[in-house]
Amino acid sequence: MSYIPHTPEDIRQMLSAIGVKSIAELFKDIPASLRPKSFAIPASKSEFEVTQILRKLSVKNATGLVNFVGAGFYDHFIPAGVDAIASRAEFYTAYTPYQPECSQGWLQAIYEYQSIICQLTGLDVSNASLYDGGTALFEAMMMAIRQTGRNKIILDSGVNLIYRTMLYTYTLNLSVEFVEIPVAHGQSSREELFKHLDDKTAAVILQNPNFFGAVDDHSDIVDEAHKFGALAIASVYPVSLGILKTPGEMGFDIATGEGQSLGIPLSFGGPYLGFMAVKNELVRQMPGRIVGATVDSDGKRGFVLTLQTREQHIRRQKATSNICSNEALCALRAAVFISLLGREGLKELAEHNYQKAEFAKEELSRVKGVTVKRSSPTFNEFTVLLPRGADEVVQRMIEKGFACGFPLGRFYKGMDNYLLIAVTEKRTKEEIARLADSLEAVL
Amino acid sequence: MKLIFEKHKEGRRGFSYGECDVGKAKPLAEKYCRKSQAHLASLSELDVIRHYTNLSLLNYSVDTNFYPLGSCTMKYNPKFCEQVASLEGFSQLHPLLPQLSGGGMLAQGSLEVLYESEKLLCEITGMSAFTMQPMAGAHGELTGAMLIAAYHKNKGSRRKYVIVPDSSHGTNPSSAAIAGYEVIVIPTGTDGYMDLVEYKKHLTEEAAAVMLTCPDTLGIFNPRIKEIADLAHACGALMYYDGANLNAMLGKCRPGDIGFDVMHINLHKTFATPHGGGGPGAGPVGVNEKLVEFLPISRVIRRADGTFALDYHQPKSIGYIAPFYGNFGVILKAYAYMLRLGREGLIKAAEIAVLNANYCQAKLKKYYDLPFDKTCMHECVFSAIRQAKNGVHALDIAKYLIDQGFHPPTIYFPLIVKEALMIEPTETESKETIDAFIEVMIEIARLAEKDPSAVTAAPLKMPIKRLDEVRAARQPDLNWKPRTLFPD
Repeated sequence: MSYIPHTPEDIRQMLSAIGVKSIAELFKDIPASLRPKSFAIPASKSEFEVTQILRKLSVKNATGLVNFVGAGFYDHFIPAGVDAIASRAEFYTAYTPYQPECSQGWLQAIYEYQSIICQLTGLDVSNASLYDGGTALFEAMMMAIRQTGRNKIILDSGVNLIYRTMLYTYTLNLSVEFVEIPVAHGQSSREELFKHLDDKTAAVILQNPNFFGAVDDHSDIVDEAHKFGALAIASVYPVSLGILKTPGEMGFDIATGEGQSLGIPLSFGGPYLGFMAVKNELVRQMPGRIVGATVDSDGKRGFVLTLQTREQHIRRQKATSNICSNEALCALRAAVFISLLGREGLKELAEHNYQKAEFAKEELSRVKGVTVKRSSPTFNEFTVLLPRGADEVVQRMIEKGFACGFPLGRFYKGMDNYLLIAVTEKRTKEEIARLADSLEAVL
Repeated sequence: MKLIFEKHKEGRRGFSYGECDVGKAKPLAEKYCRKSQAHLASLSELDVIRHYTNLSLLNYSVDTNFYPLGSCTMKYNPKFCEQVASLEGFSQLHPLLPQLSGGGMLAQGSLEVLYESEKLLCEITGMSAFTMQPMAGAHGELTGAMLIAAYHKNKGSRRKYVIVPDSSHGTNPSSAAIAGYEVIVIPTGTDGYMDLVEYKKHLTEEAAAVMLTCPDTLGIFNPRIKEIADLAHACGALMYYDGANLNAMLGKCRPGDIGFDVMHINLHKTFATPHGGGGPGAGPVGVNEKLVEFLPISRVIRRADGTFALDYHQPKSIGYIAPFYGNFGVILKAYAYMLRLGREGLIKAAEIAVLNANYCQAKLKKYYDLPFDKTCMHECVFSAIRQAKNGVHALDIAKYLIDQGFHPPTIYFPLIVKEALMIEPTETESKETIDAFIEVMIEIARLAEKDPSAVTAAPLKMPIKRLDEVRAARQPDLNWKPRTLFPD
């Protein structure tokens, strides 16, 4: 079964208009020798049957766990208004707004999204979004390499390991020299970073809050990078920007990040939202789509895709990047999410995340054998040291109904007893208290 | 329409998190805090809902208008797929869960979706394995080009070039370039096929791969495709299949059987997942046996006891292309779609897509120039050079169609056709809809002869007229700047 409206009579009339006897004749250019060797696909199923199959699969996934796992991807509450707008077919079944006259809704929504990202990051220009936080970071790095004509990258190891690994994958066939700087007491190590900064450096890449949840003020590092003519790139967690110093205020040239926390479900890894904002002088180096405001022939404001001379459909192999789509629907979710919250709501969201994590630190520090690491301030995620392997503790906690955190030994050598715990606004006082109690029972 | 920022009213709230139940902690030191607040509009929930609802009404979409956008395959997106993807068990699952000890068993449903989708895609394409990671078609191309590089490197050779026909999608050459390759472009001959003489000249030890799509961007299936593949293999190059046009091939021909080594599939096109204003999509990459060992980490495997797990032991893998397992939500919708259509449904989809395109071509070829008069596959490409002589260009035709309630076809692509109009009706459109479109196209051809200004004035019925795109590029206004609304 398929979603085809044709009656046998329609097909007969259409074949006759074409001047062929059968549909098979339309496939005559495919030689017999190239016909499928097999096509063993199961027979069609009804909508009811498929829905049942998938419903059964969905309950094989755990939904009841109380979640304290973050590591860059967070369990935030999504106001119903976000789904209501994103499920409007006029948005979700439209395509790239190549024809502005019949796409003003999409174009204006993206322009507003771009404006919101600029307000969050404190930078001048945003693009219409990228695939995810990791690819956005890679694209930012490539921009810095193009802009400076250099190829050395100083990479703070407080940057999410998943993103660092992606940077290495993407540059396998390119000539990029990486220097990774170990974290000192949770924060970026100035001493080590400055040792490696030189006039061959294209960019310094930092993350705030970093993978360990540590908050920093990177202004001094940015200044130092600029002295050597290098660019500074920040990977940021957008919810934190409700209270934390912005990349713009620290002087960063480029900010990127994962926008999943802005009203996008976790959905087992995607689709997510990579955002990117830059200083004005970098706009023509920026990859991906950009929407701009202009006027129509009557002088009325309208929106178009602009600066397209950077893109693959015009410059082909000379394009700024190969990116052809953005994550418009996810960007729309972020725009609606932020618009519902407004300035006050965003600040409130950030504060709740901060407060609850601080509360969790207090509760957990009362658990015998648990040491809460406090060498640097954190936002909504922090590290604890356990008396034994975090992997095993996590497994025992799952049995008790908690995804209690991310074991750092998976990403960092020698940190087998460390656990990274994320606390969002969704975690209640009672859940946090139960986490502490259960941990005590397990240890 | 006013911008959302222009609707701001101090003191209004749309959403509140309420009292924080844990009380106040010591605040962060000031040096870590933002100095000025973000200038975001303060609005009621209804303000926000009404704003975006009204914006949505300014769009053309598949659910509201015929969308014959060539090469983009804008078919109907079944509604139940959306419902399935929003099931809590899928939408709320943290991607790191299966990476925790004991967590894999709590993500069996999603792992099974990934595993079974891969198996179906293998059968549909004739490839040996797929990675579901790439997050878009072009992302898949880049992944494929990187797999090709890994393959040659493993053999100890560093080949320099990727060969693409001049009719290729613009992302092919740029993806190859981003993967570190130089690009050699092969012209299309007067017969509409890639120039084989020119092609053979470039098949050297330096050629890493040939990237092309079949049917090509003219909508034509090249009957000599096998020969092209064999020639590439004879010089040690690999064949990359751009799956953007796979819709026409379902059950009729498989890239794997032709001899393609790597391919991507734009799930949103062939398997009807909505493309929401330009994304998200999904671009899984399939490979044959030669390339399996280089696929990205991780891969979903089925254990002997029937449970599913993630395999990270891939010493020759190129690494991580995406943070996790791809755009899972999109893959899930495509999986539901494949199950629903089944074998016969998929074959029928290809057949009717091709019927619709040939019907359009047959009905319009009297009125518009057809640069290559052949049986087309799922899309047909006309040239408006005849109309352009009277001042009616492809762009004008597009704008006139908008006024008549149709989304225009793709225009000015492929680049090798002057004044190109690339029409792809897709299989879910009825004869009545296509007839109405054809009628307007014929009307435009008539106006181009008799009254060109009636076409070039369009659109007249839309919320805006033609936009000053030069001004947009020369004096970029890319975001709203707070002026008087938010005094600091």
